[in-house]
Amino acid sequence: MTMQLTGASRRDFIQASASAAGLFLSFSIAPKAAAADAGVKPLNAYVRVAPDGIVTIMAKNPEIGQGVKTSLPMLIAEELDVPWENVRIEQADNDPKLYGRQFAGGSMATPLHWEELRRVGAVARAMLIQAAAVAWNCPAGECTTAGGMVIHKVSNRKASYGSLAAQCASVPVPDARTVPVKDPKDYKIIGRATPQYDTARIVTGQPLFGIDVRRPGMLYATYEKAGVFGAKVASCDLAGAKSVKGVRDAFVVEGGTSLSGLLPGVAVVGESWWAARKGREKLATKWADHPTASQSSEGFAKRAVELSGRAPQKVVRNDGDVDQALKAAAKTVKAAYAYPFLAHVPMEPMNCTAEFHPDGKLEIWAPTQNPEGGRQLVAHTLGLQPDDITIHMTRCGGGFGRRLSNDYMVEAAWIARAAKAPVKLVWTREDDIRHDFYRPAGFHFFEGGVDAQGNLVAWQDHFVTFGASPDEPASSAGMAPTEFPARFVPNCRIGVSTMPLGVPTGPLRAPGSNAIAFAVQSYIDELAHAAGADPVAFRLRLLGDQKMVGGAGGYNAERMRGVVRAVAEMSGWGKTKLPPRTGMGVAFHFSHLGYFAEVARVHVGSDGTVKPEKVWVAADVGSQIVNPSGAMNQVQGAVIDGLSHVLFQKVTIENGAVAQNNFYDYPVLRMADAPPVEVKFLKTAYPPTGLGEPALPPALPALCNAIFAATGVRIRELPIQAKLLKA
Amino acid sequence: MAYELNVNGKVLKADVDPDTPLLWTLRDTLGITGPKFGCGVGQCGACTVHLDGRPIRSCSTPVSAIGAAKITTIEGIGADPVGKKVQAAWAELDVAQCGYCQPGQIMSATALLKSKPKPTDADIDAAMSGNICRCATYNRIRAAIRRASGQPVEA
Repeated sequence: MTMQLTGASRRDFIQASASAAGLFLSFSIAPKAAAADAGVKPLNAYVRVAPDGIVTIMAKNPEIGQGVKTSLPMLIAEELDVPWENVRIEQADNDPKLYGRQFAGGSMATPLHWEELRRVGAVARAMLIQAAAVAWNCPAGECTTAGGMVIHKVSNRKASYGSLAAQCASVPVPDARTVPVKDPKDYKIIGRATPQYDTARIVTGQPLFGIDVRRPGMLYATYEKAGVFGAKVASCDLAGAKSVKGVRDAFVVEGGTSLSGLLPGVAVVGESWWAARKGREKLATKWADHPTASQSSEGFAKRAVELSGRAPQKVVRNDGDVDQALKAAAKTVKAAYAYPFLAHVPMEPMNCTAEFHPDGKLEIWAPTQNPEGGRQLVAHTLGLQPDDITIHMTRCGGGFGRRLSNDYMVEAAWIARAAKAPVKLVWTREDDIRHDFYRPAGFHFFEGGVDAQGNLVAWQDHFVTFGASPDEPASSAGMAPTEFPARFVPNCRIGVSTMPLGVPTGPLRAPGSNAIAFAVQSYIDELAHAAGADPVAFRLRLLGDQKMVGGAGGYNAERMRGVVRAVAEMSGWGKTKLPPRTGMGVAFHFSHLGYFAEVARVHVGSDGTVKPEKVWVAADVGSQIVNPSGAMNQVQGAVIDGLSHVLFQKVTIENGAVAQNNFYDYPVLRMADAPPVEVKFLKTAYPPTGLGEPALPPALPALCNAIFAATGVRIRELPIQAKLLKA
Repeated sequence: MAYELNVNGKVLKADVDPDTPLLWTLRDTLGITGPKFGCGVGQCGACTVHLDGRPIRSCSTPVSAIGAAKITTIEGIGADPVGKKVQAAWAELDVAQCGYCQPGQIMSATALLKSKPKPTDADIDAAMSGNICRCATYNRIRAAIRRASGQPVEA
């Protein structure tokens, strides 16, 4: 166990204890209690060194396909100076006392851990050196490491980490803040394309995922909820379900009213999932009336147009004099943009296995991006102590933000308690699409103006979104008042109006940005054309000549200009003769600390069929790519994911419920539509940042702007409709 | 009903209802969890297995339709020289992100290469169009199929 240090001063400490398997080194810097220490993050990780030199490194965060189970241990292994072949990785359980926050979100794994996990490795290395120096009675400064050995050249001695580990218990612990770390030019692991640690198990189909969990005596469950979010069970005849062979039980769950908690429904528990599902088909459930049953996507769109005709409920930014600038502008453009609700549809449907032990303690196996959030939700809902709940994080078959919410976890726990048996709850794909935390739809009503020299001089956006008020937007439905091009246009007014919503919303990969970039970068393209300017040149001019805009922590315009120039060069922008109905479009976006510019090339058939032919990406995520193989995969995947938003995806609310069901009416881009994605990482002198999300947002407007270049048709509403693009 | 199923070269007994999909028979009754549940309606390909060498969607194939046909899953495809090559190419090119769809992708790719040892890009599009990869690793899936078939792969 680890001590919790509190008090005025930050202290590093280490606990070392010998065990039969070797030495267990646990590094922890507890967060300070004092306010002055805000921003100091706890550093927690651990390393085990076995006598045979095999080093086991714990992977602290959930693995959802973003590659952190491999890339975070790479940081430790590099500074520990251990050959990657000697490294074994174990997935940690949820244990915030030991590991601090364990979550997959915000593309934060690299920026939060770059410094700290390298220092975890460096501290361990320094201790192994110290142990050797004591044994050899020589100065530690004369010792070096290589290949999992400590070496003393002067006396021509060497010792393996495995042989030294046990002696580390008695050496002083160096200060993690001042322990020497490598010069990046000496990196052997960081920066080397490294296959995911689980690759061999993935390609041979070994059990890795939540849905693969099996427990002795386990039953299987399915859970039916109302299409209208939060509607209660008015009545349910359970007899039909219970009569199905293999069904053990069926019962109503009263549930609560929070859309992110345990919702009302009917559980069917069986000896196999198929039996439970067949039982569910026999349920005769009547759902109670619910106040949001009249909501619809169509109604929201109408209401948004109504609101756009009025003054915004709140003006969140008002720079210069927009009205005067619009009057004085050489050209003005008005345009309304809209995008729909979206579902996440990770390939592994929501599932969770829950088992109560005779002492009342609960053990959970879950594919979750946010295990501690799940533990707190389960504890609160079931009236348990959080310390009595253990959460094992399984590999997640995709996440995309969906598994930041733990509704399926609390359902599994509730059902397991009622069923008095270990239960694996598995949702159907239809459950998944009809009970998501959706990317919120949204509406932007723009008006802008360019002067005679082609400068963008006026920008107005009336953003109509969802929430109780502009100050209380629904989850992922807000927009920062600093969102580009704010601060780059002298006259800039942003207003917000909201509509109440009875549909749960939440973060979808690059939340906010995945929609805002489409609207903003498409509309900027309209203004470029209005100015008669080349879309790349217009954007570079808009980005100005300053380095930082908005002060420290603001928008680094220099980095963005760098990626815009790079992607223009890579794609042969302006230098490529294109066939008929073929076009190229450009866009850029800053999100999740990453600067991305992308060019898409598209061909639009005479029947309106859109065929993305290629996408080029220039990325600036700082000085170092930790794992180039994983990084490339993330960027290519994010771009193609973004194209799916443009080409196909739409969740429609009808009568308060989602109208879509499965992949036949909620399509995901397939092989034949996937273009090659060429990626270049610009190495700049900034700390390394994350890659799961920021590559996605520019892909949408780049494709839409390419469609305009190919056809002259401006895409102002997603997804595209082929009938509008016919020759 | 008691069924005798030939799975990866072994005869296994499963006592399930005739309408039980092969997928759930494999996963819940026989503990063979490589084939994955993704949609339940034959739309995503995550559940792909081979039936006498042909790729099928096990989520929408009732166990009663199997008879004496030989079932091969991702757990057994490495015994086939083509399957082994495909798995090796997948590992070498680090294709996977989350990895959940990849057993199905590998089964479809293996079936393709067994019928067309040097597939064109159009052949790849056609054979792989039934398999969704939500992480969109399509660039690498295509590259791995080309690698496994001895064709050049763009960097």
